Amino acid sequence: MDGKFVEVSNLKKYFHVGKRQILKAVDDVSFSIERGSTLGLVGESGCGKTTVGRHLCRIYEPDEGAIRIDGRDISHISQRQCRELAKKVQMIFQDPYASLNSFFTVGEIIGEAFTIHKMFRSVKERRDRIRELLEIVGLSAEHANRFPHEFSGGQRQRIGIARALALSPELIVCDEAISALDVSIQAQIVNMLIEFQRTMNLTYLFIAHDLSMVRHIADDTAVMYLGALVEYGATDAVYGHPAHPYTKGLLSAVPTPDPVYERSHRRIVMEGEVSDPINPEPGCRFYARCREAEKLCGEVAPPLKKIGGNHMVACHACKEKEGERST
Amino acid sequence: MGNIVREHLLEVRDLRVSFDTHAGEIQAVRGVSFHLDEKETLAIVGESGCGKSVTVQTIMKLISVPYARLKSGVILYRGKDVGHLSDKEMESYRGREFSMIFQDSMSGLNPTMRVGTQIRESVMQRRDISREGAGKRAMEMLAQVGLPNPERIYRRYAHTMSGGQRQRVMIAMALSCNPKILFADEPTTALDVTLQAQILDLLNELKGRFGVATVLITHDLGVVAKMADRIAVMYAGKVVEYGDAEQIFYRPSHPYTWGLLSAMPNLKQPRKSELYTIVGMPPDLFAPPPGCAFTARCSYAMEVCRKEEPPEFFCGEGHASACWLLDERAEEALPPPGIPRLVREESVNGR
Repeated sequence: MDGKFVEVSNLKKYFHVGKRQILKAVDDVSFSIERGSTLGLVGESGCGKTTVGRHLCRIYEPDEGAIRIDGRDISHISQRQCRELAKKVQMIFQDPYASLNSFFTVGEIIGEAFTIHKMFRSVKERRDRIRELLEIVGLSAEHANRFPHEFSGGQRQRIGIARALALSPELIVCDEAISALDVSIQAQIVNMLIEFQRTMNLTYLFIAHDLSMVRHIADDTAVMYLGALVEYGATDAVYGHPAHPYTKGLLSAVPTPDPVYERSHRRIVMEGEVSDPINPEPGCRFYARCREAEKLCGEVAPPLKKIGGNHMVACHACKEKEGERST
Repeated sequence: MGNIVREHLLEVRDLRVSFDTHAGEIQAVRGVSFHLDEKETLAIVGESGCGKSVTVQTIMKLISVPYARLKSGVILYRGKDVGHLSDKEMESYRGREFSMIFQDSMSGLNPTMRVGTQIRESVMQRRDISREGAGKRAMEMLAQVGLPNPERIYRRYAHTMSGGQRQRVMIAMALSCNPKILFADEPTTALDVTLQAQILDLLNELKGRFGVATVLITHDLGVVAKMADRIAVMYAGKVVEYGDAEQIFYRPSHPYTWGLLSAMPNLKQPRKSELYTIVGMPPDLFAPPPGCAFTARCSYAMEVCRKEEPPEFFCGEGHASACWLLDERAEEALPPPGIPRLVREESVNGR
């Protein structure tokens, strides 16, 4: 398996919504993540990035394709095997308010996994581990007896992280884990995630729409549009030499904290919104919004092609530039 | 401070708002002053819970009266006190003079009414105009905010529209009676970056077309850089620093502003390096600490910060900062890396 910890190949997930209506949430997506590294997955809402993340935790079962984690195909495993998978793969959610059970104390929330997996027979051992986890994420041991509503958003996200770490997983899917937080708190959480990666050799799938934070945390970045990857490669390559018109537009839309630059530079304006993912037209999915679109783009969907190193782009227009680009 | 006699479009002086709860009094806004001139965009920046929304809601008289108290302060609109108007008097200001858009466009629109009808109704309420005239105005506004096919949008319900479209409808409704001031409370926080860019461009464009002054509340410094002429940084119910956009971004002088600016990842920083953070959390506003509220989180804190509240120190034309570091007796402080050092000569003791 050439050492790739996570390997997703040709993943497809179609949802049936109404009569003969098919929503192609994930359509032929392939990527891999090396152990101890981070893949950033970016895109607008509704592009399918969360659906991809949920497949890794086997919340969804893929319609087609394979998901290999640590060499083992998990795409069609049984319920019981899913439970075993939870020891390897965990998830951190966006909304720190909705993702914690408000009837449980923090200790119960974190300890629930120990009950399910019948770990720690002795109460003391269990309590010690919960305390240890709370301290790892920067809370204190006495917080175990409090309820989620007594905490601020940033603290709750820490509780969510402690819960994810409880079973010492190897892969954590961070689904917009910092989007709901204030800037200063975001930095605290990101620092913590980076530190845990270093000390526990964790692998992350970091799903976000905040492009600047992804650039900071991710080794590789994948850009998704309407269920398919449009660009994928090392973060420096994707951010430094974006090749797909969508990536260019997305990067250009991020406002920078520099008023003079903001007033002087002209953005690449991406008109309109994401088109309907139900029964999409043939051809490139970005066709309707693309400024560089040619006739071919409306007819044939472009495949993901290498344009240097491991930098891949799904765009007909980028083909010609193949020669001049070197990363 | 008394260098001007000029009348501002909106002036807020020493605004104090408290909420009475079972647990006691929350001092949400603790002496906020700012002003807004015609056709200007003022950005109010700060973390959640710093009182930025409450400040604006107080001006709009949208805070629920028995629990929230306007303890003191003056709100002058074109020199006239609008802080103590009755609800009825305020009605004539809302929409025509002040207008507001919110973060959550879904709860800002009535789910049981067609969006066009909602705009028409709000126009009819505020103007002496026929039903047809108001309907026409509503249609015109939908076109103004860049919604394609306004006739179709007019007849749609809010839940059938995307977040970006709904926010455009909100803007259309807010500007339908030509207000002089638009309060925008985190208008793009819930949107994707691409839609955010579209909405911000739209707001900038409409600002020119309608000549409306904007008070923009946000915690995103990128958005601030793009939109703001002037900026007020709020912390724990107070304005800790204000100035124009260049001053705040290129010559910030308050450690809290330094922290906010440094906490954003930037391109020069190596990947996965530690980001600058502001340690700890904002203070409890049930019992705000004596002295400077930022002391507990400030790595530059001195003895005096704990005891006495810092006055405003001026550090340039229209740029002031409430921090003891600017006092001439304080030792010079080195801001975190990446933040330009404030040239001492510029700072003059304010009081």
